Amino acid sequence: MGRSADRLSLVLLFTPFALWIGLLIVLPQLGIGYVSLREKVGVNEFTFGFGNYAAFFEEPIYRNTLLRTAWISILVTALALIMGFPVAYYIAKIAKERSRAGLFLMCLIPLWVSDLVRAYGWILLLRETGVISTTLVSLGIISGPVEMLYNDVTVIIGLVYTVILFMIVPLVSTLQGMDDALLEAGYNLGGSRLTVFRRIIVPYAMPGIVAGCIITFMLTAGSYLTPILLGGKNSSWFTEQIYTQFITRYNWEMGSTFGVLLLIFTSLVVWLGLRLTGQSLATTVAKE
Amino acid sequence: MQGSKSLVWVFRAYVLIFFIYLIAPLVAAGVFAFNDSMFPSLPWQGFTWDWFFSASDPKVGLLHDDRLLRGMGNSLYIGVIVAALSVAAGTCNAFLFERRQFPMKSLLYILMIIPLVIPGVIIGISILLLASMVANFLDREFGIFLLSLRPGIPLIVLGQFSFLTTITSLVIAARLQKFDIALEEAALNLGASRVRVLTTVTLPFLFPALFSAFVVAFLVSFENFNTTLMLVGSDAPLTITMYDRMVKVGSTPVLNAMSVVLMLGSGLLALASVLAQRPKKAEGNAAAAAMD
Amino acid sequence: MNDLSCERVTKKFGHFTAVSEVSLDVPSGAFFSILGPSGCGKTTLMRMIAGFETPSSGDIRIKGESVLGLPPNRRNVKMVFQHLALFPMMNVGENIAYGLRCRGDARSGIAEKVARVLDRVGLPGVEEKRIEQLSGGQKQRIAIARCMVLEPDVLLLDEPLGALDLKLREHMKIELKQLQHQFETTFLYITHDQSEALVMSDQVAVMNAGRFEQIGSPRELYDRPVSGFVAGFVGDANCIPGKIAEIRSGEARVELPQGGEVIGKLCDGSRTGDDVEVFLRPEALRLGAGGAGQSLEGTVDSLLFNGANSRILMRAGTGQLLEVAIPAEAPAIAEGDAATVNWRPDHALVFARRAG
Repeated sequence: MGRSADRLSLVLLFTPFALWIGLLIVLPQLGIGYVSLREKVGVNEFTFGFGNYAAFFEEPIYRNTLLRTAWISILVTALALIMGFPVAYYIAKIAKERSRAGLFLMCLIPLWVSDLVRAYGWILLLRETGVISTTLVSLGIISGPVEMLYNDVTVIIGLVYTVILFMIVPLVSTLQGMDDALLEAGYNLGGSRLTVFRRIIVPYAMPGIVAGCIITFMLTAGSYLTPILLGGKNSSWFTEQIYTQFITRYNWEMGSTFGVLLLIFTSLVVWLGLRLTGQSLATTVAKE
Repeated sequence: MQGSKSLVWVFRAYVLIFFIYLIAPLVAAGVFAFNDSMFPSLPWQGFTWDWFFSASDPKVGLLHDDRLLRGMGNSLYIGVIVAALSVAAGTCNAFLFERRQFPMKSLLYILMIIPLVIPGVIIGISILLLASMVANFLDREFGIFLLSLRPGIPLIVLGQFSFLTTITSLVIAARLQKFDIALEEAALNLGASRVRVLTTVTLPFLFPALFSAFVVAFLVSFENFNTTLMLVGSDAPLTITMYDRMVKVGSTPVLNAMSVVLMLGSGLLALASVLAQRPKKAEGNAAAAAMD
Repeated sequence: MNDLSCERVTKKFGHFTAVSEVSLDVPSGAFFSILGPSGCGKTTLMRMIAGFETPSSGDIRIKGESVLGLPPNRRNVKMVFQHLALFPMMNVGENIAYGLRCRGDARSGIAEKVARVLDRVGLPGVEEKRIEQLSGGQKQRIAIARCMVLEPDVLLLDEPLGALDLKLREHMKIELKQLQHQFETTFLYITHDQSEALVMSDQVAVMNAGRFEQIGSPRELYDRPVSGFVAGFVGDANCIPGKIAEIRSGEARVELPQGGEVIGKLCDGSRTGDDVEVFLRPEALRLGAGGAGQSLEGTVDSLLFNGANSRILMRAGTGQLLEVAIPAEAPAIAEGDAATVNWRPDHALVFARRAG
């Protein structure tokens, strides 16, 4: 095994990586960055500048859609954390050894069912002729059928549903690594339940919390199916705007601008989240 | 800890409610596949297999619904190709980052993870845009017309490959990290050639991870919607076909039948990948203890 | 004829010299050990012999032929790894057959050879067992069988007993020695455990900081160490620091820092006024008064009972803590008793003080 053979194999290993990252990730992103700075002034005639970005900020509908997407995504992330943590804690720490694997598997399997099927299930439950409405009417609790689709609460419930497993799985993995003796020591040294939770459990689970939050947030902000199917065609979701500009209106310049803005916004939130919690991408998301 | 008993019961009740929340939509999507009615809603009209097998008109079952079947065929085709490609690339990446030293390694590692945090829609539009720019350029300058750079299955494959490779790389690298390099040295020492070491020692060790990565990549590809939506051409995969049907035609129980098939299929595959990753040694330990 | 010789082998990693000018000759059929603390370069030396590292300079010869140009998979030296490196994805039979298959042996002969070598290591009929079904000692023997089936010129063993518990380790020492007799193959054994090296070896090289300090039979190393490092590392010894006050006919009178003096045999080139250390083996110390410079007085600090290896821990009046072997016919003695020990000057070895 000579030097040159060593070099050759390094080059052979490096080539697919470079092609993949270069051609399929970096170059396309530069591409939308480039097109977002371009403005059409005639057939095959373009000028360059920040005109598209200015147009975005001047148009309240665009601006508000991004803001709405942002706050709902953050809300969904927070809800998923609050709802998911007890479940993860139960699976990792309270459940008996035997039932633990089964419970975890029960969490994992729905994760692999398509978003489409899950959204479809919610539609069948919640629509005016849906299971819940029909049942309530036949039980005499309400007088006539009610439409439970196409409002923000439903969209949020549906989004939390779609992403919560991506919160629970990393949480369970981190919590499982925690030695029970840590908790016992915490109580033994006179900590109340609240202080043990705040000073021992949460700091220990931090990498899992951050990983879960990043994945959850990215999936929510980038989601398309759930908000549109549960929120109706005009649900004002930002990815829908991108689709409209790109495919329906064929305005690639504006669509790219929206894409860049969404990317900047999500990267900013992820970066801030990592910064505030002192974690890095490699210690959280890569572990999964 | 006084009161911890009741706390455990509160926990249990909560977890139970949570699992009902988790299961309810899946049950709703599944159950109506067997309802002998034209619509997937209550009341219950009796059990039927029609939505799977019936060939006659008012209830065209899944097996006779050509568009859904074609969509499923496309999805399988795309899924297998993408999974194979991303496992191959992921294996190279795993060896590159676990075994080799090169300049700017940590920066490139971050670059490798980045695709996980790019929204799927953006991956879709960026690949669509680049492919179109290249296609237009080739058309204009050389008069070459490349159909594969226009929306369609090749672009869907590229788009899904671009983020699935990150996932497969991480899964395979995690396993490779656990590999004891002394095993390779031992094989060399026993006279094996480099290629033989790879095929008889390293790859068999990696096999569970390769299998898992393949299954995960296949499932994610099969169920992908966001990236695919931007790149789809005339050969729509299943998720797009189902979505179209849902939005344009409205829900019919044949979609529920499809959902049942999807749930069973993905559930079984996911289970297989989980089991493949699990070490099987309880039996062996007991035997060793008995022999000592 | 030497099965293995190294000639002025040196290995540098950047500015760090891991192995420096090491030469050794291992005669055919010998059990040769390299003994040294962790980080002394012994593993690097072994990896160079196996071909996993390339020496910066020097030559390695197997059966008289230089192997520097041969890749590891073409050298007829086989290695038992520290954690054995048995292939977990294969059963016992496949593990042992691995090298035979790589060599391209006829399929028909392989099963027979595997069965024969398993018989020789005392585990007949375990071909179908999985690796994780074996106990620690059985794994050990399978690892050796996997190498021996290839009839290597030299078998390298890289601290293979390190992972075993104490009881099994004691047992395996004897078993390894017997296996080596049975196969009549040259063993090169590296270890940081001096008792393993002393019990099993025909020849031991003591290695420190990349160099060989001494090569000799276990008895030579024990009785006639050439340096303070060897005296301290091989076997137990009480080490008393002091300064040479006078040298007369090969004997040095060493003054201790808190008064008192010790007379011992000067073993290196130290001169009057140099800082030295005096090494006294516990079994060289006898209870009872002795002449000037040949005894120390003190009190019994504690008794360390360990069967035939029991010791008295004595605090000398000059501050040193000494371990004294208790002879079989020792008088009853209790903690806090006054005691005096004496020795023959030729059992007290004086070496220049080690660095650090």
